[in-house]
Amino acid sequence: MSFSKKNHEHHKINRSFMNKKITIIIAMTLLIMSCGDKKDRAEGNSKEGTTLSGTIKVDGSSTVFPVTEAVAEEFRTVQPKVKVTIGVSGTGGGFKKFSRGETNISNASRPIKDKEKAACAENNINYLELEVAYDGLAVLVNPKNDWVDSFTVEELKKIWEPAAQGKIMKWNQIRPEWPNEEIHLFGPGVASGTYDYFTEAIVGKSGSSRGDFTASEDDHVLVQGIAGDKYSLGFFGLAYYTENKDKLTLIGVHNGEKVVKPTLETVSNGTYSPLSRPLFIYVNSTSIKQPEVIEFVNFYIENAGELSKDVGYIPLPTDNYAKQKENFKTFVESNK
Amino acid sequence: MNSIQKNRLKDRLFMYWGMFSTLIGLVLLVVFIGDILIDGLGIIDWSFITNLPSRKAEKAGIYTALMGSIWILFLTAFIAIPVGVAAGVYLEEYSKKNWLSGILEINISNLAGVPSIIYGLLGLEVFVRIMNLGASVLAGSLTLSLLILPIIIVATREAIKAVPKSIQDASYALGASKWQTIWHQILPASGGGILTGVILALSRAVGETAPLIVVGALAYVPFAPDNPMDEFSVLPIQIFNWISRPQHGFIENAAAAIIILLGITFIMNGIAVYFRNKWQKKWK
Repeated sequence: MSFSKKNHEHHKINRSFMNKKITIIIAMTLLIMSCGDKKDRAEGNSKEGTTLSGTIKVDGSSTVFPVTEAVAEEFRTVQPKVKVTIGVSGTGGGFKKFSRGETNISNASRPIKDKEKAACAENNINYLELEVAYDGLAVLVNPKNDWVDSFTVEELKKIWEPAAQGKIMKWNQIRPEWPNEEIHLFGPGVASGTYDYFTEAIVGKSGSSRGDFTASEDDHVLVQGIAGDKYSLGFFGLAYYTENKDKLTLIGVHNGEKVVKPTLETVSNGTYSPLSRPLFIYVNSTSIKQPEVIEFVNFYIENAGELSKDVGYIPLPTDNYAKQKENFKTFVESNK
Repeated sequence: MNSIQKNRLKDRLFMYWGMFSTLIGLVLLVVFIGDILIDGLGIIDWSFITNLPSRKAEKAGIYTALMGSIWILFLTAFIAIPVGVAAGVYLEEYSKKNWLSGILEINISNLAGVPSIIYGLLGLEVFVRIMNLGASVLAGSLTLSLLILPIIIVATREAIKAVPKSIQDASYALGASKWQTIWHQILPASGGGILTGVILALSRAVGETAPLIVVGALAYVPFAPDNPMDEFSVLPIQIFNWISRPQHGFIENAAAAIIILLGITFIMNGIAVYFRNKWQKKWK
């Protein structure tokens, strides 16, 4: 993509404090390039040509934060005068602010709940949900573990469901040929969206699992725990595995047809099921009155694929981005 | 004879125990700082301080968070010092010693022990929503001011108590009014102690994360605040955000930002020690 190359150049120059003129020229080139195909809209909304200004407030999930941060960072090279601010109140906290009309865009690692929908309706907030990337949940064991080659969803459920507490304590209770050794479980803290999603997908009810496992809000602690214990088993976001490949063994999960390991491809095309989840942004309809928000969201959809890879997530298939873009276009038209 | 030996043994045992206890703190501090220095020292350069946050660890900097922290620090000091010192002076010099002042005293001590996130919730409701200040530097500073007021009040009172009574009596004997005595004698004499308390309180404020997250401090702001109504981020939030990222580069960045934050608190504590020593000599 020619965009990322230019952008890299831009930063190198910026960093070495070379003359600002070059930066401005590059920024303007990018600006002109980016405006070529959106000319019709820009003319309609912006009086001062194509340089937009204003503030875009984003809040919500800390899981989605890195993607939005990356997009905001790149958006600065296109629209340096638009101030994008991002908070990390969590998906729920973000929706609370969103439903009060305090933010333009909400980051979410799960779809909006009925209660939150009601809160939005109460304040006459209309919104659009957009998928921006996928996150895979990886199931991991210690590299010295030579007996596990895959799990079925039923086996994972047997290990993690609330009824397993105090009962399923040894590896050979899952499959008789596995060793008669204690199984040590590691997982993200119960307040995290990752935990919610895992329990929803495996146990069948969000937030419901056994309580006797080592939980940590800091995934690095989980990495250390699994890496140092031969009889461990744990799960967390795929990005943490990618950064610690040498210390952990990734285990494939049976999706009903075959055993699949999470990779860029299997998460993106949906075959790594049920442990891949979409990440969302929600856009407030009244924000559409601000041309910089339209510009930002379009920029988001166009670049989320490339940028989500940079921060450890997985892009949607290309046609899905096209679909999101189409949805947003319709949304803009209908809220003008 | 035997009992003397016994006592000496006890004495010696206690000394070793004390030495061991002291060393625990020291060793932990050395290990902690050493670990952080190894991880982070190599990262710190001018661009780390002047760059904006970025998705690429090697390009990311702390500029906006550092500026936010500095704003918060000065604005909090500006609000909390006059109020805290005045309250301390009033309680020590003016208020009558009765049941009301007793209740006040107990309450102020209790407030010093309230978890900081509670102050965050208070700040969110009162400053952000009712006073409609938004998630601004001002709202954050007001919240942190509440948080450190009890510490400043208690420190002020202790410092005033430590001023020799003879100074006060001499001032009155020369015909000075109460205000003149406080302004020209008591405050200068207790200045070292008050300042120590103030700076330690501010050091606490600069390291706070929870109340500011509740108030609505942001994780990504591409600009430094230029007035008290601007939105902001602070160093502890930036550190927290980096630590939770999977890429190792961010862990190093977090260590580097911790060094900067530690540097700020060390410098502040240094200033406190300097002034305490300088101003205390006067009365020895």
